[in-house]
Amino acid sequence: MLRFIISRLLQAIPVLLVVITVTFMLIHSAPGGPFSAEKAVPPEVARALEAQYNLDQPLWQQYISYLSDVIQGDFGPSFKYSGRTVNELIAAGLPVTAELALYAMLVALVIGISAGVFAAIRPNTLQDYIPMSAAMLGICMPSFLLGPILILVFGIQLEWLPISGWGDIPGDKILPALTLGTGYAAYIARLSRGGMLEVLSQDYIRTARAKGLSERLIICKHALRGGLIPVIAFLGPAFAGLLGGSFVVETIFQIPGLGRFYVTSAFNRDYTMILGMTIFFAGLIIVFNLLSDMLAIWLNPKLRQQARGGN
Amino acid sequence: MALLDVKDLKVFFHTRNGVVKAVDEVSFSVDKGETLAIVGESGSGKSVTCYSLLDLLPKPPAVIEGGIANFDGEDLLACSSDRMRHLRGNHIAMIFQDPMTSLNPFLTIGEQLIEPLIYHPDTTLRLSRKAARTEAINLLNEVGIINADTRFDSYPHEFSGGMRQRAMIAMALINKPRLLICDEPTTALDVTIQAQILKLIKQLQKTRDVAVIFISHDLGVVAGIADKVLVMCEGKTQEQNTTKEVFNNCTSAYTKKLLSAIPKGAKVKASEAQAGSTLIEVNHVKTYFRDFSGSSDVLVKAVDDVSLDIKKGEIFGLVGESGSGKSTLGRSILQLTPMTSGSVVYSGTDLCTLESSQLLPWRPKLQMIFQDPYASLNPRMTVYETLAEPLLYHAVANKKTVAQQVQKLMDAVGLDRSSVLKYPHEFSGGQRQRIAIGRAIATNPEFIVADEPVSALDVTIQAQILELILALVEQRNLTMLFISHDLSVVRSICDRVAVMHHGKLVEQGNTETIWAKPKMPYTQELLQAIPTADLKR
Repeated sequence: MLRFIISRLLQAIPVLLVVITVTFMLIHSAPGGPFSAEKAVPPEVARALEAQYNLDQPLWQQYISYLSDVIQGDFGPSFKYSGRTVNELIAAGLPVTAELALYAMLVALVIGISAGVFAAIRPNTLQDYIPMSAAMLGICMPSFLLGPILILVFGIQLEWLPISGWGDIPGDKILPALTLGTGYAAYIARLSRGGMLEVLSQDYIRTARAKGLSERLIICKHALRGGLIPVIAFLGPAFAGLLGGSFVVETIFQIPGLGRFYVTSAFNRDYTMILGMTIFFAGLIIVFNLLSDMLAIWLNPKLRQQARGGN
Repeated sequence: MALLDVKDLKVFFHTRNGVVKAVDEVSFSVDKGETLAIVGESGSGKSVTCYSLLDLLPKPPAVIEGGIANFDGEDLLACSSDRMRHLRGNHIAMIFQDPMTSLNPFLTIGEQLIEPLIYHPDTTLRLSRKAARTEAINLLNEVGIINADTRFDSYPHEFSGGMRQRAMIAMALINKPRLLICDEPTTALDVTIQAQILKLIKQLQKTRDVAVIFISHDLGVVAGIADKVLVMCEGKTQEQNTTKEVFNNCTSAYTKKLLSAIPKGAKVKASEAQAGSTLIEVNHVKTYFRDFSGSSDVLVKAVDDVSLDIKKGEIFGLVGESGSGKSTLGRSILQLTPMTSGSVVYSGTDLCTLESSQLLPWRPKLQMIFQDPYASLNPRMTVYETLAEPLLYHAVANKKTVAQQVQKLMDAVGLDRSSVLKYPHEFSGGQRQRIAIGRAIATNPEFIVADEPVSALDVTIQAQILELILALVEQRNLTMLFISHDLSVVRSICDRVAVMHHGKLVEQGNTETIWAKPKMPYTQELLQAIPTADLKR
C-alpha cells in the first residue's frame, strides 16, 4: 500500500507542474493586469507597484521565482487584499468551506444511497421510477435555482429555517448544505442504483437466496459492499468538486468561504490569488482521488491483500 | 411416497418478443436418497425447472403457469415467501455451476458458510457464531478441505476452483437438507477436479442420505451418478427412465441423437500426413509473463521449454487443463504473444526473428479459431463484413470478386447464403462458430490454430462443427493445431497429441498409442478422469 501511495504522490508532481505552468501562462496572457483600473494611475505609481510585486521583470523570471516560492509552500502576497498573503486568505476561508462541503457530502450520501438502493430493489416499478425521476430533476436543477427556491419555501413561506449566514443562528447551515448536496445526492443515487442492480444480478446473490437468507440481509450484507464501489470511486472527485464548487451557494447564503475569493480574484486579475487557489484545488483533487482509490482497494479483499503484499 | 413429486410444471417467460415456454408440462419425482439427473442442451429448461422449485427465477419475466410440486406434503409452488425462506437451505439446498461467481467475493468462506446457521429463519434453531464456526470447520473437513481451521478465514479468490466447489457443497449441506439440487456443478471445472467432485457428491449422498437432483448437459457425467434420468429439450420431457434403460434402450429420437453426438473412440480416418514432411518446428519455446498482482514480480512460466513438430496435413491435438499453458503456446506459435525464448520454424523460416511488419505476409497463411463465438465476432459487423474484411485486406479478392468469394465461403462452412447481411446476434452458437471458421479459412491458410473451438457448444452442435472441421482440413489440405481440454473430442479428430501440464509438455505421440498406453502418471490420471456415457465401464 505504501508503495502505491508514494507512486501516486510522485505522479502528482508533473500534474501539478503542468497546472501551475498553464495557469500562469493563461492569466498573464489575459488582457489587463491587477493594477489596471478604470481610473488611470500615474505612470510612476504603476511602475512602483509593479516593481513591488516583481511584475516589471521578464515573464520567465517571474515564473521561476514564483515556482521556487510555491515549492517552499508560499503562494505569495495577494495583489488585491493588500497586506495579506494568499496562504492567510485560504486558511481563513477553508474551514468554512470544508465544513459546508462535509455537510453537503453527508446529505448527498444519505439521500443518494438510500434512494439508489431503494430503487434498485424493485427495478422498473414505481419504487424505481419515482426516486430516479427525482434524481434526474436533482441533476438538472442548478444550485442557483434550487437555493432561492429552498429559501422561498423553508425560509420565507414556512419560516422554519434561517436564510443566510454561517454559524450565527442555529439551523442556518441546513439550507446551504441541502442546496449544495442535492445535485451530488442525485448523482450518487443513480450510481448506487446502477451498482446495486449489477450486484443483485450476480450469481452469489442467488446463492444467498438459496441459502434461505432474508432479503434485508441479502441487501445489507451481500449486495451493498459491491454495489457501492462506483459510489466510492466517485467520492474523491465529488468531494473536491464540493470544495471548489461551493461559490454559488456561498454567494446565495452569504457564507464567508473560499469560493468567494476564487471568483473575485479572477475578475481582479489577482495573479497570485488565482494561482494559489488553482494549485490548492488541484492538490485537493489529487489527494481526494487517492483517498477514494485507497478506500476502494481496502473494501475489495483481493486488492487489499495484494496491496498488503506490496509493502 | 416420493420426497418430491412434480406434476405438469409449466414456466413461461413473458418477454417483449412473445411468450417463451421454458418448461412445458414437465413431471418427475425423486425418492429419499435417490439421484435424478435432468439432462438437456442449453435452453432446454432444465435449470429453470429447478429454480422454479425454490422460487429463484426472476419474476417478471418468469411466470409459473401451472403445476404442483409436492415436497413432503407441501406444494412448493404455492407456499408463501416466508415459508419458502424456511425451506431454502434447510430442507432443499442448491449448488451452482460456477463456484467463482456463486460465492460472494467480499466475504470470507467461513462467514458465508455459517450464515445459514446464525441467521436461521427459525430463531430457536440459531447457533452462536462460535458454535457455528466449529460446525462449519467439521463440515469443511468432511468435504475434503485441508487445514479447514485456517482456511475458514480465507476469501473465495484464495481457493482453487475445485476447493470453491467443495466449500459450496459444504455450504449447501450445513443445515442438513433432505434434497440437494446440483446445477451443472462440475461444468466449470477441469476433468480431474470434476472426477473428485462427483466422487464427493456421491459419497456425501450416501453418508447423509439426501436426495439429489443433478442437472447436466453431459451424459457421460450423468451415467456415473444418477439412478434415474429425465431428458429435456426445449422445455418438454423427451424421455424419463432409469439410467440403465436410457443408456441402453432409449426410445426417443432426441436421446438417441444426444447419445450418438458424444465423441467416442478413435479417429475414423487418419489424415494423410506425409511422414517426415514437417510444417512447423517448435523448439524450446518459453513464454513467461510477469505477474504484477503479487507482492514482488513473480515470473509466471506459462509455457516452459516446449518442443514439438507438426507435420503437414495432420491435426495435432494439444490437451491440458485450465492454466496448463496450451492457449499461450498456440498464440506463441502464431507470434500473437511475445515469446521469451525459443524458435518457431515454419517451413524453413524462423518466425521469431521477423519484425511485425515482416510477419504481415505470413499472417494469411497462419490463422486462428477462437473458443467463444459470442465474444470473438464483432457484434457491429454483418457476416458479409466479417468475411470480406480479410479477403480484401490480404488481397485475396478485389472489389469485384469479393461478393462471390464471400458466398463461396458461406457454402464451404455450411451457412445459408441468404443470411449474409445478418449480424452475429441473429445466429445460434453453432452458426456463429461457422462464421468464425469461415473467417479463418478466408485467406486460404496453410495452418490453423483452433483454440477450444467446440467448448462453448452443445454436444449435438459440437458434433456438427467437428465434422465441418474434419471436412475442411481434408478438402483444403490444412494443418491444424487443435487445442482442447476435452480428451474425447481430441481423440476423435486428432492424429497425434501432446499433453501439457503447468506449462510443460508431459507426453506426446500418436493419439491411439497414448490412449492405449499412457506413460506418464499425469496422462494416466487425465484419461481415468474422463466420464464416459458407457455404463459398462
